[in-house]
Amino acid sequence: MTAATAQGPNAAELRADARRERLVLGALAAPGLLLIGVVALAPIAWLFWLSVRKGDSYTLEHYARLLHSSYAYSLQTTFELTFLVTAICALLGYPLAYLIAQARQRTAAILLLFVLFPVWTSLLVRCYAWLVLLQRRGLVNTWLADAGLIDLPLRLVHNFTGTTIGMVHIMLPFMVLPLYATMRAIDRDYVRAAANLGATPSQAFRHVYVPLSLPGLAAGIIIVFILCLGFYVTPALLGGGRVMTWSMQIERNVTYHSDWGAASALGVVLLAMALAIFWAVGRVIGFNRILGGR
Amino acid sequence: MGEEQRRDGEALRRVHAALNHGRTAVPARAPGRPRHIRTREAAIGEASGGERGSGLPISITGIGKAYGAFKALDDVSLDVASGEFLTLLGPSGSGKTTLLMVLAGFQRPDCGRIRFGDDDVTLAPPHRRGVGMVFQNYALFPHMDVAGNLGYPLRLRGLGRSEIEERVRRALDMVQLSGLGARQVDQLSGGQRQRVALARAIIFEPRILLMDEPLSALDKKLREEMQIEVRRLHRRLGMTTVYVTHDQREALTMSDRVAVIDKGRFRQVGGPREIYERPGSRFIAEFIGESSFLPVELRGCEAWAGGARLMLSGGVPAMASPLLVLRPEKLRVLAPGEDGAGLNVLRGRVDELVYQGESTLFYVELPGGARIAARQAASASAPALPGVGGEVALALAPADTILVPDDA
Repeated sequence: MTAATAQGPNAAELRADARRERLVLGALAAPGLLLIGVVALAPIAWLFWLSVRKGDSYTLEHYARLLHSSYAYSLQTTFELTFLVTAICALLGYPLAYLIAQARQRTAAILLLFVLFPVWTSLLVRCYAWLVLLQRRGLVNTWLADAGLIDLPLRLVHNFTGTTIGMVHIMLPFMVLPLYATMRAIDRDYVRAAANLGATPSQAFRHVYVPLSLPGLAAGIIIVFILCLGFYVTPALLGGGRVMTWSMQIERNVTYHSDWGAASALGVVLLAMALAIFWAVGRVIGFNRILGGR
Repeated sequence: MGEEQRRDGEALRRVHAALNHGRTAVPARAPGRPRHIRTREAAIGEASGGERGSGLPISITGIGKAYGAFKALDDVSLDVASGEFLTLLGPSGSGKTTLLMVLAGFQRPDCGRIRFGDDDVTLAPPHRRGVGMVFQNYALFPHMDVAGNLGYPLRLRGLGRSEIEERVRRALDMVQLSGLGARQVDQLSGGQRQRVALARAIIFEPRILLMDEPLSALDKKLREEMQIEVRRLHRRLGMTTVYVTHDQREALTMSDRVAVIDKGRFRQVGGPREIYERPGSRFIAEFIGESSFLPVELRGCEAWAGGARLMLSGGVPAMASPLLVLRPEKLRVLAPGEDGAGLNVLRGRVDELVYQGESTLFYVELPGGARIAARQAASASAPALPGVGGEVALALAPADTILVPDDA
């Protein structure tokens, strides 16, 4: 801070001007910061507070209850679902994002529109649409039967399969968008340089393109993973009561049992898992690369 | 020379055969080692030992490339000799980079042939061409450190770890970056990146090196340093080099030969001195160096310009509307009383004076109204320049009196 010590004509005046500028910037950011504080940080603190209270005393009772087998089972279901959906999204999203990134500007815009279009439709509408498509006498089963591929209708919905299909559909854009942004920014000269140095197209892709696209993949995985962990609507509608996720346990505790303490404890665990995932991916890829540095 | 080329061609054919037929020619490979490509380098790189003259000649025949109605390359043909440093010089959009991309294999031409030595590589993919390339923005892999970048082409060729380390160390020494192997690319300065890019392009001892405006991102001083260094490396390693630039001074400084390209066609190909001293057209004279032009009137076998009859070293050439090329530094101010016998003398009034340190640039208005630029080196021995409005006589030696057709 050389400015702080500068002497001479106008030095004080210029310093005051710089200070004013910082204050104005701070004031402009204040509503946003306040909002984050009120709608995010305060409720989280309150949630945490509720999870360790019973009556007027502190307790770990709510957490101890989570060791019960029904919770363990729904935690396992949640994780299975989350891992599966994230993996399928990554497998489907990577080639899709690659295709869009390689396409010409105009084609890319149209393809992106297709990817984004579902996001603009209501979540409920999409879930019910899947219900219509996947049910016993739904379109998919009818087609498969008409084509002579199946004799009995497949159980595609009101179970884990249906939930997975619906969630992949809903999560895919969240995987494709960060991947596409990262891939679009990869200079094609890198791949050319690799080829020039003797790499076959597949080697150039594996040695150069994939590592450079990893931050986008990591960002996509984190977003999809964390969204999946707390997802409620799709498992509730397409799971048909057979897929009991962590978020449904929370809902059950609040609506049926009015047990805010237990619900809060579940919420805290969910938050901890989300942070753990973020930390784990960050350790592998590097936090600043995920958060957009470089 | 012929013997050597024949041998090189033979080796190259062997390598291509190895590349094309399931890599059967690769000698015993340790299990678990990365699958590697076999290139000419591995076969003959050691034998050639980086001696001058190990470059491969390039033959470009009838190359055309169009983007819609725009002809980026229009029936371009050129032979580059083994070990030659050829510069493709042209304004932006002239097709110089397209030609380089065709040589590297990144662009498929619409027609024509490219041969490296005896081999037709027109259809060869980039990774089988074995040419080194320095990209304009360097294209150093940001996810690898310096040693990783340099070692990458060697890793692809299946060299052992210790040999890679040794050759990376040697390459770093060669570009004066010893000990920087562990640096990340983003920790390097622009000049250092440039050196790493150069080292990466030559570490696998390619016999052809392509450079795409490699110095354009550097500041002037560093650029001039690197020009000398690139020349030095080229002399030492002797690979055939095709260098793309839009900087005419760089082209003159570095090249054995300059190919001036415009609108997808070669306008003139020749040594730097020839290109500068004997421009073949107005375009060349305008593009390379500073020039003023005076219309020339042909009267029988006499040529007149600026109110003077021109003495020509060659005689009056046959062209439709010739122009006299006037390079500012070729014009000498005659001292008062000097008659300029044996020289072409142009008289006029000083219109403007610009002091530029090492020289003074001044503009002279001739009686007909034409304005020409002249330059006088800052030296006490030169005759004093008159002020603005003063009379001045400028002398041009017949050998420097160049007439060109007006094509611009």
